Amino acid sequence: MTDRLLLKGGRVIDPGRSVDADLDLLLVDGEVAELETRVAARGAEVIDVSGLVVCPGFIDLHTHLRQPGREDKETIATGTRAAAAGGFTAVCAMPNTEPVNDQAGITRAILEAAAREGAVRVWPIGAITRGSKGEELAEYGDMREAGCVAVSDDGRPVASARMMRRALEYAKGFDLTVIDHCEEPTLAQGASMNEGAVATMLGLRGAPGAGEAIMVERDVLLAELTGGKLHIAHASTAASVDAVRRGKARGVRVTAEATPQHLLLTDELVRTSEYDTSTKMNPPLRAEEDRQGLIQGLRDGAVDCIATDHAPHTVDDKKVEYDAAAFGVVGLETAVALCLDRLVAAGLISLGRLIELLSTRPAAILGLPGGTLAPGAAADVTVLDLSRRHKVDPARFHSKSRNTPFGGWTLKGAPALTIVGGRVAWGHGR
Amino acid sequence: MTAPAYPHRHLLGIEPLEASHIQAVLDTAEALREVLDRPIKKVPALRGKTVVNLFYEASTRTRASFEIAEKVLSADSLSIATSTSSVQKGETLLDTAKNLEAMNPDMIVLRHSASGAAHFLARHCRSAIVNAGDGAHEHPTQALLDALTLRQRKGRLEGLRVAIVGDVLHSRVARSNLWLLTKMGAKVTLCAPPTLMPPGIETLAPTTSRIEEAVEGADAIMMLRIQQERMTGGYFPTLREYHARFGLTEERVRLAKKDVLILHPGPMNRGVEIASEVADGPYSVILDQVTNGVAVRMAVLYLLLGGAEAA
Ligand SMILES: [Zn+2]
Repeated sequence: MTDRLLLKGGRVIDPGRSVDADLDLLLVDGEVAELETRVAARGAEVIDVSGLVVCPGFIDLHTHLRQPGREDKETIATGTRAAAAGGFTAVCAMPNTEPVNDQAGITRAILEAAAREGAVRVWPIGAITRGSKGEELAEYGDMREAGCVAVSDDGRPVASARMMRRALEYAKGFDLTVIDHCEEPTLAQGASMNEGAVATMLGLRGAPGAGEAIMVERDVLLAELTGGKLHIAHASTAASVDAVRRGKARGVRVTAEATPQHLLLTDELVRTSEYDTSTKMNPPLRAEEDRQGLIQGLRDGAVDCIATDHAPHTVDDKKVEYDAAAFGVVGLETAVALCLDRLVAAGLISLGRLIELLSTRPAAILGLPGGTLAPGAAADVTVLDLSRRHKVDPARFHSKSRNTPFGGWTLKGAPALTIVGGRVAWGHGR
Repeated sequence: MTAPAYPHRHLLGIEPLEASHIQAVLDTAEALREVLDRPIKKVPALRGKTVVNLFYEASTRTRASFEIAEKVLSADSLSIATSTSSVQKGETLLDTAKNLEAMNPDMIVLRHSASGAAHFLARHCRSAIVNAGDGAHEHPTQALLDALTLRQRKGRLEGLRVAIVGDVLHSRVARSNLWLLTKMGAKVTLCAPPTLMPPGIETLAPTTSRIEEAVEGADAIMMLRIQQERMTGGYFPTLREYHARFGLTEERVRLAKKDVLILHPGPMNRGVEIASEVADGPYSVILDQVTNGVAVRMAVLYLLLGGAEAA
């Protein structure tokens, strides 16, 4: 008995192979089998996707699934269901769980849970340092063998330059990319938003954008020094993007991601929302010049991909004074629709570029299966409906958490179908 | 029917107010001030209204001022301070507020160390909220009482030149005063060592780190307190140098107008932000400020709780 699924009549866009045409896509036993003008069903289950856009599955390089340890915020089951409903076929799970994913045993436990309960693929990211404390290297070799696809101490910056240097060097031995959350810790101390006129008016302590760019500059120089592979998590300032751009021009192995929230919102929202804690995140929402710098980066390639930094928190973590609230927003169920409406329909980037940013490039950055619809590739497919209008309703999220600043936004364009390994993981209205 | 003079349900800050709203509070305070000179300082304006003073930071002056205002207007009031309540047992601001709501208070007066705490209560409670100081954000009744004092002594606010000098970075008083004075047409100059000047504030008012420049020709000088924890926070090297470069001395006061007024939200650090001779000099309006503080808080209570019916 073979698994055969035929997506018929869609517009297929596969930027990695410069495909943009009306084609039928046949998936057999978890792989792409045929991509042709017309493919006969021959016993395959047929889904009519005419009027829809068929792309290689979207991959989120930056997800917090919270399991193990903070299952009150999210679990692998709920987080991957949110991913599927948001059009993602794979998520990279950040290691700042409790305990931190800093050894092979924890990595294996995450993968076992994902195999049991996961709606989409889960690629674990291991810690850079033991317990993400920034002091001693974690066991990259063992974690790589167990299934980690990168290392990161996300949530905490690697404060010591020497530690970061060692990580970039040691990771080379296992072809692992080091993902850094760039934040100079002494400049960000006690901050709950971006430093600037808005923070001044609100009386909130701010973290200057320079605190991020300093670390991006440092890391790019260290990647140059060591030849290691560096990926900048959630770049939020124009200066960070510029540092990456200059590094790339010199041939440094550096890539960067930006989140929809930093691409679409600014610190002004903290003021207009009157201290709504769903605007609190780290890095914080920045100034308009920074937002423009990120968009420019998407257009010229300095920014390689869009990642969600999906960071679920309970109501209790957020329903407190602004200073006391947890950092982070959920993003898996809003990212794709936001990008379709506010980046593509708004004319800032093409649809092809968006697919590159959400699929082709994330797969390439970490060397993950997927990111292409070439025959033989993993049968991970995201189908988009560019005309569906909907209102973001946090009450209907699959995620356990509701902490989003986008509630109530009306968006045009949304995921329609998410296929993982040749099987439907989620479908709108299915 | 005309729009009410003060159309807001809360007093969360000066920033959202229009000049006419500020005018209404000051005029009401002026009218109510007379009550404080009577032998029996009590009117029934807010009889049957319940006010809770919820103070998460020690503040004898502000709390006493609100309590007196509440008594004079015959409101039933209750004060809760951190040292005497469950606040210290780890109860959250939201829990406390929800518990208080069971008493169905008409108003909560809140002092809290977190900026935005008053907005937070306003979002989650039914009562009218008066911000009695939230973090480094705003302290609206302090600005209103300063304005009342200035208006009484100078006859106007419009066109006055006012220097605000000291730790602007951490000061909610500076922010509220800046909003209020700017809205009322005064010309404000901010002065602080650059380490204590908040980024971006130059979009709201001219700034300088030279106190001589700030006070020159000033009608009023508002001194901000250097708090103990800032003295060791690495913002400036020594208290001696702070006083020498940024302190208000007799010599510097002479650069201002002859009839300059000096306001200080107290308590003062003599020999740090202000020299003793200046603190004890003829420019001080501290006693006015105490009386005006009560009058302004009476006005706020009255406009938020009784004004609509009275008008
Ligand atoms: Zn991070």
